[in-house]
Amino acid sequence: MSNAENNKEMKELLGQAIAPAQDTELRRDLWPQVLRKLEEQPAPVVGIPWFDWALAAILSAVLVFFPGSIPALLYHL
Amino acid sequence: MELLERFAAGDLEAFEALFREHHKEVYAWIVRIVRDHGIAEDLTVETFWRIYRARDRFDPAGNFRAWARRIATNAALDHLRTARRETELPEDLASAGTADPAVRREARERIRKAFQELPPKYRLVATLALIEEEPYYNIAEAAGISIALVKVRVFRAVRMLRKKLNSLGVEVNAK
Repeated sequence: MSNAENNKEMKELLGQAIAPAQDTELRRDLWPQVLRKLEEQPAPVVGIPWFDWALAAILSAVLVFFPGSIPALLYHL
Repeated sequence: MELLERFAAGDLEAFEALFREHHKEVYAWIVRIVRDHGIAEDLTVETFWRIYRARDRFDPAGNFRAWARRIATNAALDHLRTARRETELPEDLASAGTADPAVRREARERIRKAFQELPPKYRLVATLALIEEEPYYNIAEAAGISIALVKVRVFRAVRMLRKKLNSLGVEVNAK
């Protein structure tokens, strides 16, 4: 059975249990809620994850203690 | 200054104008994914909050509609991930228009259960491709993935559904 036939068969099967959404009209004004959310939850300060700091520290240590690895690192970059 | 430029610069009035222009479409897109009006309303609010928060990353020369739809899709996907197994497809949306009287209620329940148990990223594309019959390129654009990956996910979703349905005793032809 081809992919298209598979999909068609599954569409028919799903169609018996789950119909496409028919009523997709919005009946409320959501703008006041958007404003409230903007006031309540201002944009968070973007921080650098601890994992990135740890990675940078490890990389720095490797470069300091094993300077011979610098050419290899540059080659792979 | 154009509307999109003003929005990107943080002008709240420009943002409201964009909200008024696009929120119904965003809501309609989300409700097709999550299939619940109340949740879709909350996610529409969440989407526009994310949009405003990310305004400085928006290119005013770009397509706001497509950008908003992608953010809405991500918000809906986040919801599917967190609400997995907690919510069920509501009866009014899930079975509206089911005209085939031969399909028993129990079989329908099994199909819905199998569908609901799909991993969220597969459920997203399966809902849009197999139930809503949305073109693959629309799904790809909204989900931020390639058309090829949409096809792969639909294929895998069908395979998972077939396996699950067979284990639940629903007759599905073997591939």
